[in-house]
Amino acid sequence: MEKEKSLQDIENEIVDEFSIFDDWLDKYEYIIELGKSLKEYPEDRKTDDKLVKGCQSRVWIDFNVEDGKIFFNADSDAIITKGIISLLVRIYSGRTPQEILSSDFSVVEKIGLKENLSPTRANGLVSMIQMIREIAARNI
Amino acid sequence: MDRKVYGKKLVYFDNAATIQRPQSVLDLWNKLARDSNANIHRAVHRMADEATEAYEQARLYVKDFINASSREEIVFTSGATASVNLVAYSFGEKFVGEGDEIIVTECEHHSDIIPWQLLCERKNAVLKVLSVDDSGHLKLDELESLITPKTRLLAVTHISNVLGLVNPVKKIVEICHSKGVKVLVDGAQGVVHSKVDVQNIGCDFYVFSGHKVYATPGTGVLYGKKEILDEMPPFMGGGEMVGTVKFSGTTYAPLPLKFEAGTQNFTGMATLKPALELASVINDDKELKKSADEIRDFLYSGLQKTEGLTLFGTTGNMDEKISLFSFCIDGVHHEDLALILDKMGIAVRSGQMCAEPLMDRFGVSGMLRVSLAPYNTMEEAAYFMESLKKAVNMLR
Repeated sequence: MEKEKSLQDIENEIVDEFSIFDDWLDKYEYIIELGKSLKEYPEDRKTDDKLVKGCQSRVWIDFNVEDGKIFFNADSDAIITKGIISLLVRIYSGRTPQEILSSDFSVVEKIGLKENLSPTRANGLVSMIQMIREIAARNI
Repeated sequence: MDRKVYGKKLVYFDNAATIQRPQSVLDLWNKLARDSNANIHRAVHRMADEATEAYEQARLYVKDFINASSREEIVFTSGATASVNLVAYSFGEKFVGEGDEIIVTECEHHSDIIPWQLLCERKNAVLKVLSVDDSGHLKLDELESLITPKTRLLAVTHISNVLGLVNPVKKIVEICHSKGVKVLVDGAQGVVHSKVDVQNIGCDFYVFSGHKVYATPGTGVLYGKKEILDEMPPFMGGGEMVGTVKFSGTTYAPLPLKFEAGTQNFTGMATLKPALELASVINDDKELKKSADEIRDFLYSGLQKTEGLTLFGTTGNMDEKISLFSFCIDGVHHEDLALILDKMGIAVRSGQMCAEPLMDRFGVSGMLRVSLAPYNTMEEAAYFMESLKKAVNMLR
């Protein structure tokens, strides 16, 4: 049986995927595709308690816990934001709270995304990461 | 301006937020900062004289530029927001009491809403709103019934920073004055896109920021009629705004220094002169106006023809429309669009444009705005239209 990929494996995978593109327009095109393919998020879960504060566009992060692992689902009304959050979901969904909290959340910097976002979006990203960390901390 | 972003030539279409400055402004700023950095209105030495002279020359130029009656009517502030706050506080202290009313319009910038809300909270006064119709025009026919004997002041923008429509401020002043209501005009956009004559408009106050009209940031103007400014108490205390200071009481300096407490941004304020000199040349250049109008009309019709695009601030009379367009596109988030356009080298604005009530009025969470300056070209406008189509295709 194939060994389950670690959080680090997935991070490396994403860094690899992004290294193919030279141009930021191409990277964004890829992020947009990721956003479009994010798992459907139920309308009735778009409640204020799931809304990430500090984002310019609206972002919801929902989760459930199974066998000590946290599974995330998320959505946004802006497609690029949705693409970015799909990366976070891919890395952190299905992990234990300890795994999540021990991550340095550096993948967005590694792919050069953070400096290519406007400061307001970068702050939004920080808020999304903060919410994922808080959810993990509450579910230890 | 000739710079690149992401390897592409920058197209700067966010001029309504801040306009790029001409060399004459940068040169004067540099020269004063280097050679004449001394505090104004105080010392008798040579350098202080030069700094004071440059500062007061700018005041005289502003006076002529907007056709005020005297230099005493020109108060320097840090920007339009500071000017509105000054009036809301000082005029409010003297002339607004419990149960009195202030009117603002639905298309005001937050800077022309919040100071009045604060005043109303402080004085238990009432804030009323003059609304706009679907095309973005003020509902002028509702104005008279909105005014009551309790109404003290109406604040209206000369040109909305979202809709790009010139409001009929002269007519509004006539209606208000016939009922004894004072009028403040927010000229943050108006001073850039029209020839302002405060005596012709007849308004009691006119405010604008320097950084939108080619001067350096942190500069602004409050024009107020002398007889009203004289009646208003100081807003802030300290510095050169005094006559005599005793612990038993202080008397204040005559206008306009009464309202200029503390050390002013004297280097910046002086740049209003070369800035407005340029604005004046632009105002009188018929050739330039003709080509700027062509670019405006090209964008206006191009955007209207774009599938799924809703334009806010529409009119059949192009004389009342400036080269500023705010819009939404079906199925595309304004933030996404702004980000992709940025990567294509085009700087635009997205979001609520400091006008949340207006966003609510049109039922949108935000818009995309392009705002042009006289240095923008038809080539840039065409590149923008082409890029917009590409960006929409990417995002849909």
